[in-house]
Amino acid sequence: MTDHAAQAPLALPASSRVLGQVARRAEAVVLPVAALLVGFAVFSIFLLVQGKSPADFFALTYRAGFGTAFSWQNTLSRTAPLLFAALCVALPARLGLVIIGGEGAMVLGGVAAGAAGVALSGAIGLIALPLMAAFAMIIGGLWIGAVGALRYYRGVNETIASLLMAYIAIALMNHLVEGPLRDPESLNKPSTAPLPTPLRVGDIPGWEVHWGLAFGVLCCVLAWVLIDKTTWGFAARIAGGNMRAAQVQGLAVGPLIIGFTALGGALAGLAGFFEVAAVHGSANASLASGYGYTGILIAFLARHNPLAIIPVAILLAGFEAASGLTQRRMDLPDATTLVLQGFVFVSILMSDTLYGRFKIFTPERWRTGDGK
Amino acid sequence: MPITPFSRRGFLKGTAALASATALPQIATAAAHSPMTVGFIYVGPKDDFGYNQAHAEGAAAVKAMDGVVVVEEENVAETTDVQNSMESMINFDSAKLLFPTSFGYFNPHVLEVAPRHPDVRFQHAAGLWTDGMPTNVGSYFGYIGMGQYLNGITAGHATTTKKIGFVAAKPIPQVLLNINSFLLGARQVDPEITCQVIFTGEWSLAVKEAEATNALADAGCDVITCHVDGPKVVMETAAGRDCFVCGYHADQSPLAPEKYLTGAEWNWAGVYTGMVQTMLDGGTIGNFVRGGLADGFIKMSPLGPAVSDASRAQFESVKAEIMAGGFAAIKGPLNDNSGAALLSAGEALVENDIALESMDYLVEGVIGSTS
Repeated sequence: MTDHAAQAPLALPASSRVLGQVARRAEAVVLPVAALLVGFAVFSIFLLVQGKSPADFFALTYRAGFGTAFSWQNTLSRTAPLLFAALCVALPARLGLVIIGGEGAMVLGGVAAGAAGVALSGAIGLIALPLMAAFAMIIGGLWIGAVGALRYYRGVNETIASLLMAYIAIALMNHLVEGPLRDPESLNKPSTAPLPTPLRVGDIPGWEVHWGLAFGVLCCVLAWVLIDKTTWGFAARIAGGNMRAAQVQGLAVGPLIIGFTALGGALAGLAGFFEVAAVHGSANASLASGYGYTGILIAFLARHNPLAIIPVAILLAGFEAASGLTQRRMDLPDATTLVLQGFVFVSILMSDTLYGRFKIFTPERWRTGDGK
Repeated sequence: MPITPFSRRGFLKGTAALASATALPQIATAAAHSPMTVGFIYVGPKDDFGYNQAHAEGAAAVKAMDGVVVVEEENVAETTDVQNSMESMINFDSAKLLFPTSFGYFNPHVLEVAPRHPDVRFQHAAGLWTDGMPTNVGSYFGYIGMGQYLNGITAGHATTTKKIGFVAAKPIPQVLLNINSFLLGARQVDPEITCQVIFTGEWSLAVKEAEATNALADAGCDVITCHVDGPKVVMETAAGRDCFVCGYHADQSPLAPEKYLTGAEWNWAGVYTGMVQTMLDGGTIGNFVRGGLADGFIKMSPLGPAVSDASRAQFESVKAEIMAGGFAAIKGPLNDNSGAALLSAGEALVENDIALESMDYLVEGVIGSTS
């Protein structure tokens, strides 16, 4: 944990205390950014081996992901589901749990929202939309919460369980939209009945990006408050540090595990709600499009810090937004973006071993007297 | 403080500035077009030996035309991703004609983007354009069920067990029509033949496709075909089990040269070059276009070495009948596989009958269930 309150002795002068705090926090920024640059460098070598110009690649990526108003709209419209998917990984991670099956909660949340929308098709949006969102969150929460319960009560590995349950979720979604929930009108693409217009989520005024983005950012901020500013978050971090010790201290580890996994699942379910209500207009197999898996990468890159998830999600969405242009202009296969993500991922994971190794980031280094 | 704050955007800006000298001329030439830019978007890899490859072969033919620049993107999901890809091709490449080729791109994605760009033409494969939809959108498709009917004739001659097999993705009308046509073709050779079908539930799921193929071979099927996005796994697995195979979507004969009988292929090269030429000449493409073997929308793979002379003769004569037009593979008397009557004697659904696009049954002789 790099963001604990500084523990500098009160006797130190204020300037040195501030410097110490800054140094401590800088570590959490400098190391990931350096790791990102190393990832880019390795990727550049990969491109050179392929006979492609890294400069061209990054210029095109900048242009297509961040260079124009359209690029920003393209990037941001991909960001919303990624924010929720990353939170589904980051929240349980605070307890030391590695949940990689957010895709399942997202898909089922989407089906739940679609089904609820059909049931509520006569209602006005102001009533129906919150109910649809709530239903999606409950289903998503139950799905990943079940993974937490399996872990706590039965000792089942949560990583494997969540991944396998994602496959079950997708099979269940296929069964539901092709069977009981199918709109008979949807001939060649089995779907639930289309949502009526009042039950659709629109764009943020002045943007061509739906409201899911604003809610995603809000959820990231709220998740940060939960983890950093509340006793529950504190308890979760303690339990994540050492589960046994937390139990000995009398912390309610069971409710924490189930609560945090369920909350993560609920947020993934909310992503499914926005995909259905804002993008697709009905639930169908397009819901399983891999956002849940990209979310894992983002959560790890953000080191499970909910606030850091926002810029990281935008960065990765920008890369995905740009993958089209790099395919078209540089004749690079679509998998190039995956290779880049892979290099960055490995580089960030390796940088984890470097925390605490550089004296420059320790408050002691900045104590007046023994520093320079 | 010795630590320089480092922002990723700043970094990217820096890289962009460094690179602009080389990159910008490239961008400028592509944007300042006099030729027409045509964009193709695929849902999977464009070398999948299947649905996407068939479209990519069409794109390759367009690429060879004068006055045209082709841009392509593969592995684009049926989400906002495809909306963004279309917008990106329009914004960055000034594309004037787009072929978003996956069925799931149509509603809502194509229908949402098209009204924002009235000067861009959107041509969508397999969608059902109806009145009231944007007029700069067109949908086109081919009667490939006829190809499966011809596949069935070669299968009927090749089978010794009188059991043939079909690996299918989902029980939707297009797939059901292919399964029924395959069996009915085989029954032209021998009315005793049955066809076992296994649905994998997904358009692209290699493991289940292999399992399904093995299960069909275990059940005694000795000719196997499929309707999944990429038939590669089915073809190779079936040939490995010593079964004959009939192809689908594209030519898969290189995957099983000895065992490949024939295949029902899309002929997008002819269709796409025709559509692009219409645009270049300033004409308009119809909003709802369908075509079959005679119209050059579909074609058959060359017959393989295992096809007998009797098989070849019947194949050619039925093909000639289809080319003449008005041919019906689905005709009475016909029951579904639960015994309920579908068509009585004298009733027939010719290849362009719109009723075929909402098929929801398997005919008598098909072993399997739609649900």
